[in-house]
Amino acid sequence: MEYIDLHAHMVSRTTDDYERMALSGCLALTEPAFWAGYDRRSVDVFADYFDRLTDFEPKRAALYGIQHYTWLCLNPKEGEDRELTQQVLDIIPEFLDKPNVLGIGEIGLNRVTRNELATFQDHVDLAVAHDQLIHIHTPHLEDKYKGTKTIVDALVADGRVQPGRVMVDHAEEHTLPMILERGFWTGITLYPTTKTSPGRAVDMVERYGSERICVASACDWGPSDPLAVPRFILEMRRRGHGEEFIRKIVLENPAAFLGQSPKFQLPHARAASVVG
Amino acid sequence: MATDVSSCPLTQRQLIDEYFIEHRTKVLDIAAFLDRMDRASARDGEDDFRFVAFRETLQELCSGVPGRIERVQMILSDQTTEPLAELDRKAAYGASIQRVPEQEEVRDGVH
Repeated sequence: MEYIDLHAHMVSRTTDDYERMALSGCLALTEPAFWAGYDRRSVDVFADYFDRLTDFEPKRAALYGIQHYTWLCLNPKEGEDRELTQQVLDIIPEFLDKPNVLGIGEIGLNRVTRNELATFQDHVDLAVAHDQLIHIHTPHLEDKYKGTKTIVDALVADGRVQPGRVMVDHAEEHTLPMILERGFWTGITLYPTTKTSPGRAVDMVERYGSERICVASACDWGPSDPLAVPRFILEMRRRGHGEEFIRKIVLENPAAFLGQSPKFQLPHARAASVVG
Repeated sequence: MATDVSSCPLTQRQLIDEYFIEHRTKVLDIAAFLDRMDRASARDGEDDFRFVAFRETLQELCSGVPGRIERVQMILSDQTTEPLAELDRKAAYGASIQRVPEQEEVRDGVH
């Protein structure tokens, strides 16, 4: 089945992974800017990273017929450094007109500190100023509930952001309802140990339906699986769900959210029935 | 909220036929982990905030009331509401250290 992986950190993956994703039906993916596993020391490193996300990665993906899109930001793990944050915020507008940049992301919180929250709000300001879609990272494990609630409450209180233009990602059972009830899109990331299994993801779509819900691999440099979305499709079939319902979650929903950016297009005729 | 909300399409018998073996394995893994903790060379983790929370989640599994997954998630969550004044660490531990404030810092978390 054809699908879109809405969250994949391909800078951490091999070209073989692009090929495997293409073989398994991946038409397009979006790559949020994230943490490299260590803190970067200067804004120049971010400029190089953004160059890679907007030039090298789309070319690498195109070799396998995959459309590559990206989101730019200084990620929440490095958001404590307010001086570096300001420097990175200053260079992001230089990249916003690149053809594969869909918006600002993945912004959000990590440990839910005051500085992280200030950095998050600075990125929201940038997105509003440039009329960009927003992709949001919610914290890991024990910090997820507190971080998600803080993010959702802040956006609602802000009032400038249309919830339908925001993807609040990494939702789990205890956070997904609060995201959907406020009108945001949400993503369930299929990660072997620290996020959600395909079985639990299927449980959530059975319980909450398919409106404004997407799934993604969030594959990166940690234990993760670039074929996680096909595994979700397989699990949906195992549970007895029909092809139309599955297709809505793995293809039509991400296309509808991402299609709010005029830059987003799926490859050639295959997308004709999805994006009008 | 949505119009296509449904229960699981499979019957209980079908779910058992399809999924019993893999969940049997998971239960055995938990049983073995608890036995391994008993056999550990030092009993120095009984009050570890993660193991305390883990034992609490096991009680929830036997509750017989739907909503176990949400309740287990909340047992393992930091339920405070105020942002931290400053960053204490980058990694998450999987359970909230706030529940046992005197717990020493632990070695590794998850990125």
